[in-house]
Amino acid sequence: MNLSLALALSACAVTLAASLSAALPQGAKRGVLCLLLAISGLLAITGGIAGLLHGGGAVTLPLGLPWLPMHLRLDALGSFFMLVIGALLLPVAIYSQGYLRSEQQLGALATFLPLFVLGMLGVVLSDDAFSFMLFWELMSVSSYFLVTFEHRNLENRKAGFIYLLMAHLAGLLILGAFAVLYAASGSFEFSTMREAALSPSLATAAFLLAAFGFGTKAGVVPLHGWLPDAHPVAPSNVSALMSGIMLKVAIFGFIRVVWDLLGPGDFQWWWGALVLAAGSGSAVSGVLMALQQHDLKRLLAYHSIENIGIILIGLGLGMLLAHFGHPMLAALGLIAALYHSINHALFKGLLFMGAGAVLHATCSRDMESMGGLIHRMPWTAACFLVACLSISALPPFNGFVSEWLTFQTALLAPQLGGALLTAVVPFSAAMLALAGALAAACFVKVFGVVFLGHPRTDIAARAQEVDGWMKLGMVIPALLCLALGLLPVLFIPLLDSIPQALLHASLADSIHARGWLWLTPVDGAHASYSAPAALLGMLALGGLAFWLLHPKGLSLRRSMLWSCGNPHIHARMQYNATSFAQPLRRIFSGVYRPVEHAHAERPVHKLLTDKVSYVVHVGDLAVEHLYRPVGRLTLSAAKHLQQEHQRGIHTYLAWTFATIIFLLAVFV
Amino acid sequence: MSSVIIQVAQALLLLFLAPLASGFVSTCKARLQNRRGAGVMQPWRNLRKLFAKDVVLAGHASWIFRTAPYVVFTATVMAASVVPALLVDTPLSLTADVIALVALLALARFFLALAGMDIGTAFGGMGSSREMTFAALAEPAMLMSIFVLSLSAHSTNLTTMINHTLNTPFALHPSLAFAFVSMLMIAVAENGRIPIDNPDTHLELTMIHEAMILEYSGRHLALMEWAAMVKLMLFATLITDLFMPWGISVQADAAGIALALLLWLLKLAGLLLALAVIETGLAKLRLFEVPEYLSGAFVIAFLGLLSYYMLEVGA
Repeated sequence: MNLSLALALSACAVTLAASLSAALPQGAKRGVLCLLLAISGLLAITGGIAGLLHGGGAVTLPLGLPWLPMHLRLDALGSFFMLVIGALLLPVAIYSQGYLRSEQQLGALATFLPLFVLGMLGVVLSDDAFSFMLFWELMSVSSYFLVTFEHRNLENRKAGFIYLLMAHLAGLLILGAFAVLYAASGSFEFSTMREAALSPSLATAAFLLAAFGFGTKAGVVPLHGWLPDAHPVAPSNVSALMSGIMLKVAIFGFIRVVWDLLGPGDFQWWWGALVLAAGSGSAVSGVLMALQQHDLKRLLAYHSIENIGIILIGLGLGMLLAHFGHPMLAALGLIAALYHSINHALFKGLLFMGAGAVLHATCSRDMESMGGLIHRMPWTAACFLVACLSISALPPFNGFVSEWLTFQTALLAPQLGGALLTAVVPFSAAMLALAGALAAACFVKVFGVVFLGHPRTDIAARAQEVDGWMKLGMVIPALLCLALGLLPVLFIPLLDSIPQALLHASLADSIHARGWLWLTPVDGAHASYSAPAALLGMLALGGLAFWLLHPKGLSLRRSMLWSCGNPHIHARMQYNATSFAQPLRRIFSGVYRPVEHAHAERPVHKLLTDKVSYVVHVGDLAVEHLYRPVGRLTLSAAKHLQQEHQRGIHTYLAWTFATIIFLLAVFV
Repeated sequence: MSSVIIQVAQALLLLFLAPLASGFVSTCKARLQNRRGAGVMQPWRNLRKLFAKDVVLAGHASWIFRTAPYVVFTATVMAASVVPALLVDTPLSLTADVIALVALLALARFFLALAGMDIGTAFGGMGSSREMTFAALAEPAMLMSIFVLSLSAHSTNLTTMINHTLNTPFALHPSLAFAFVSMLMIAVAENGRIPIDNPDTHLELTMIHEAMILEYSGRHLALMEWAAMVKLMLFATLITDLFMPWGISVQADAAGIALALLLWLLKLAGLLLALAVIETGLAKLRLFEVPEYLSGAFVIAFLGLLSYYMLEVGA
């Protein structure tokens, strides 16, 4: 067993030990839990990096079924996702030390949070279908208990139920994909599945089952129904992990089954097109839905859907290009998707931690009751701003680098198949551009409404900054966002072993063809981007402007703001989350179908308005037109069945008799 | 002459000619409307006056409000210095390609909109909301129209794209025509000009850009205004680079640079005159007709992409 695998396994062991912290006395519980999780995160980071640099190893543990020991293997792909898990787990564990301080009942959290992490680490490590499904279910079920942690709220129990239902639907589909692979290879081990030759129809069946299964878990539109309900109700440190890593584990599963077990040789042209369409659709509809939310964590949950869409655009482009025989470009698409995976883990984890800090300070998730928090919570505001800039794909932060790589993949794609297929590629680039620009609009709204302006309620006006642990937990990912944005040239060669293993293509030479300052995906003449140079240039320019202009004798005066002569300024006169999104609600009214109730009270005269009220509701089209009908159908079927339950004994006997006759007729 | 000196000279030219360009547009507009106008130098005089004035801040403005002018100004100037004006191959054009250039402008816009939200007046919020909404529609359209050119040049680096246009024989490509029209429409919208926004007034209810900077004063306002002028210059230069780069110098020799400078100024003057004519001839659009204008630009750019694939790749 080599070093990287040993580190990864010890990360699992430490997590398992952490789950026992529930048995400790109340005082020591939180500290031990967070310390062990942080250690596990650190081990996962080092194990992941070691695995990427020096290769991993395999081990067979005598656990599980008697005839099927547990196969674990750390390969390049697994190492990368191990790194993603560790990179967010470490700051979240530090953050939890502060966040859980006021929590009285830690028991369930202390048991299930480490088990949830263990499940994700195990999925990444497993090398046979049985252990994969075992860890996958461990991840799903333990996260159900985390979603319903505050189970006294009806809303949380409902969200938890839908989550459990969808997670198991996903599990069933994934199981189906493995069943198809088992039928073709005759073994549960991934190494045999990888070698097996599949007929095109079997490969298609496996692909579709895997795509829908992992797609449900990743929250791809229209399979996302559980996500915007489940993420907001979980404790914020759990939402950070669920949104930041669990969705990435679903992406990992998709890459593992489709790119690794099936392999690029089996790709058909429409697979890539389907993934590309699903990605573009998720990216745009996720951000459009996010724009209309005023619950901070629900908004962030919809943004996860958008970012999963962006990752899928990269993967879909890669699949199309791999099918048409361009392994180098396919590798670029894959790298873009992977890079966005770790970026999203960092900035979405940071955003949820920031939302948790705000929730902690204002006791509310409703953005309409916040405002002006930048004065009361400067650290949280600064970290949250970094995350907003990163997710809006603005230089010099990391989100821009991965979106830039995705754009480059789309633009480099040559003629593929027919004209229609070729036109799909730039169309997806257009959707990516639209999603990026809308995300920027959305995060101006979030930061502006939550942190800027006047406080809208008394609680917001009295908010307190969070403690040192939570600050540290947010500062780490913020710094990592900047580092990954500035130095992609140093980070991307680390990932190079993944396309080497999956596509036999290497980007290591072309990425830094012009030295470490310039990121050049294919060659320097094609495209280059240098974040350090741009940042240095901006710092120099800004510094010069500041130095030349800064008050030398000129004083800075504070004064009332301009209110058109009306002295009575009220905090409710500010634009809020609902009014900020009003123009977009009107432009995209076909998508939103907003239900609006505007009401004006005019008791004295029809021209004299006393009171005005405006209520708007924007529902999720997929929930209303896909989930509700299915739910209603299931309920009515259950109702019909229920009547049979209440019949007399003779009906029961008749049914038993009919069943026996049927079985005899079929099987004898 | 080394290319570094030309790079610096070019950036300074863009920076210091920008107020003159704005003055030129308003003078042309004044003449077209039978007025005398304040003269080409008026924006410079405004800036000088603002730089000398005190800053008055709203009572609870945060550090976002105070840093935003610097971020907006530097991001815009950084974006402008990436665009080749005189010499094709400048050192900075490697730093950021067209996508990064659009993203730098988006960074400037992000901080501008945050500054609008920071003061907590209805005006600021309204401006931010509208600016971000329209930018969300304009930005993809701009990228699409640039992509039409990058596809045929196989590059997103401005230097390579200009070289490609210079080295291919002149021909009227339908895709380029679509991209050009779309880019012109976007340039008008992005710079807040009639028919989208009115740069001359603070009092119209449909204003966008001016609503966000309503609370600024003194040197902060000067930086914001200057950034807006540089942005106009940037777009004009970008259009000449992408669609009519002829005359730009390939080598860094004195004669070539002088010719390039002359031709660049002429092209700029032509474009700005066209802008003045458009602004005089058209009325401002109603606010909710702007999305139709912008999605029109997007569709035209996308038609350009399609016609590139359908008509020009195989041929």
